[in-house]
Amino acid sequence: MAVRVREEAEVELVDLETTSLRELNQRLHDLARAPGPAAWRVVNPNGAHAVACGMDAEIEVEIEGHVGYYCAGMNKRATVRVHGNAGPGIAENMMSGLVVVDGSASQSAGATGRGGLLVIRGDASARCGISMKGIDIVVGGSVGHMSAFMAQTGCLVVCGDAGEALGDSIYEARLYVRGRVAGLGADCVEKEMRAEHAAQLGALLEAAGVEADPADFRRYGSARQLYNFKIDNAGAY
Amino acid sequence: MATETQRPWGLRESYLFNRIVIAEIQRAAREGVYDIRGFGAKRRVPHFDDLLFLGASVSRYPLEGYRERCATDVVLGTRFATKPLELKIPITIAGMSFGALSAPAKEALGRGASEVGTSTTTGDGGMTNEEREHSKTLVYQLLPSRYGMNPDDLRRADAIEVVVGQGAKPGGGGILLGHKISDRVAEMRDLPKGIDQRSASRHPDWTGPDDLEIKIHELREITDWEKPIFVKVGATRTYYDVQLAVKAGADAIVVDGMQGGTAATQDVFIEHVGIPTLPATRLAVDALQELGMHRQVQLIVSGGIRTGADVAKALALGADAVSIGTAALVAMGDNSPEYEEQYRKIGSSAGFYDDYQAGRDPVGISTQDDELAARFDPVLGGRKVANYLRVLTLETQTLARACGKSHVHNLEPEDLVALTVEAAAMARVPLAGTDWIPGWNGS
Repeated sequence: MAVRVREEAEVELVDLETTSLRELNQRLHDLARAPGPAAWRVVNPNGAHAVACGMDAEIEVEIEGHVGYYCAGMNKRATVRVHGNAGPGIAENMMSGLVVVDGSASQSAGATGRGGLLVIRGDASARCGISMKGIDIVVGGSVGHMSAFMAQTGCLVVCGDAGEALGDSIYEARLYVRGRVAGLGADCVEKEMRAEHAAQLGALLEAAGVEADPADFRRYGSARQLYNFKIDNAGAY
Repeated sequence: MATETQRPWGLRESYLFNRIVIAEIQRAAREGVYDIRGFGAKRRVPHFDDLLFLGASVSRYPLEGYRERCATDVVLGTRFATKPLELKIPITIAGMSFGALSAPAKEALGRGASEVGTSTTTGDGGMTNEEREHSKTLVYQLLPSRYGMNPDDLRRADAIEVVVGQGAKPGGGGILLGHKISDRVAEMRDLPKGIDQRSASRHPDWTGPDDLEIKIHELREITDWEKPIFVKVGATRTYYDVQLAVKAGADAIVVDGMQGGTAATQDVFIEHVGIPTLPATRLAVDALQELGMHRQVQLIVSGGIRTGADVAKALALGADAVSIGTAALVAMGDNSPEYEEQYRKIGSSAGFYDDYQAGRDPVGISTQDDELAARFDPVLGGRKVANYLRVLTLETQTLARACGKSHVHNLEPEDLVALTVEAAAMARVPLAGTDWIPGWNGS
């Protein structure tokens, strides 16, 4: 992937030790209505919550350090790179764009996301991809328990292991796991990895910049047995 | 089958195993699924009916009914939002989803609310264009399912309501049964057509009051601190829930009592979980007053509001506004005797119909069937909603004037007495004819 190196002068620098989060987010939001800097660098986030949330512009935001809850929440079109770890709900309900976390992410990464790509180069904690609705998530490491709970559509790619109850009550999302799965949740089953799936997985790995062979992964998805209530399935609820 | 008049006197029906109970046991045995239905609690619980106003007499003087003004305006969201809601009446339309209701029904609610200067609310399924277009003031719900949630709708809403719970099912999630999942509903919710759509009972990205505070902060950041943010809770541990919601940064709090309606919930949940609206109102006001936030964080009460008397009593106990759901549907024609023949065809009867989950509503309100929905005229429906809201407002003003109040918010607990010991204890007003408030001051 070709990476353009920007000149320092082109990059808007925001120091969260001296600039308020409100001011940063307001300036980023203003870009949805009026042109402005296309590249931003945010330093000293120091675990702040809601950094760069609610954006709707084709810009790049580099965050140097760790972020708290809901970084890049509900993102549209923007690219956000977190050079550190992320707290709960990174890229929650993302609509489009790209969010990359160099470190690890806490709970509910990509929760309810409806589009775009979330890449977590480290591990992701519990409920990664919970209730996902079209987002694609690629995790370089492992994911915690209840990941992809009630996942509706989109793909969750796990290059490491998956915790207990993966894909519990899953709908139509696709799960690809390279390592060990501690346990599958209700109505989640292993499925055949056909050529179309390998191609989809290969494209996701490439987009995420992760070197891995799709042939090493297994695919999981819904058995579709809980889609309509049946009393004989009561034990699964 | 013997009618009431034909039945021999020697036949005695069991209280425990009466005909309703027998029918339900046999239905459960036959169908193998719990009873899911709409509407709200049908059991008798202490309610605003159990309170009376003390009109003015010698010690208080009333306002002249048709000459002296009694204001009804209310502003919601004054704590942090830069654009609070300014409503002409303290009666709003509660959240009801597109999916549970037809698009024309949602449009009618928006039209009716807008005509009288109040707000309506989305539901579990997202915001439709019809609803936004016809609602001057629209509250957008953030629910655990996040069906249809997107930042554009957050920004085009006038307020945001974080739904923690609902009076009909506090602690429970939701379900929209497969036969109500049309192509449009399926697309809005990112799910296949025809499957049961479950809504989680907990939010996917936060748990507990500390997280809620951070979530509210995120919503404020996304919407540039313009929108009032409500927190809605089903009435259970109301005192604590309200205090925690205030601590989390809510601009307004919606407390939905157990009589609150639903489109599809297990009957066992509707009838057996939560507390009535009457004590919940008292507890919520206590919580706000203790924090010094009464009237700073507005309180909206819902669950079983039907008349101006209900509105006035809720306001007298300290609510800033009320919200109506089931009553608005009834105003639009739900359960009307006009449709008796068609209710009979689907095994129900006008006045009893509660199968909102089934999608066969002959009135065209709680359905996604195009043919049924087309029966419902959103313009006429909107007019009925507006008429009904105006009547509620006039009734509320009538009672307030009788108590000598120039604004409906000047009604106070001192204007009320209770008809029953239970209501006196729950509302903390004296039993009529006494100065006794059970459980208060050691009594």
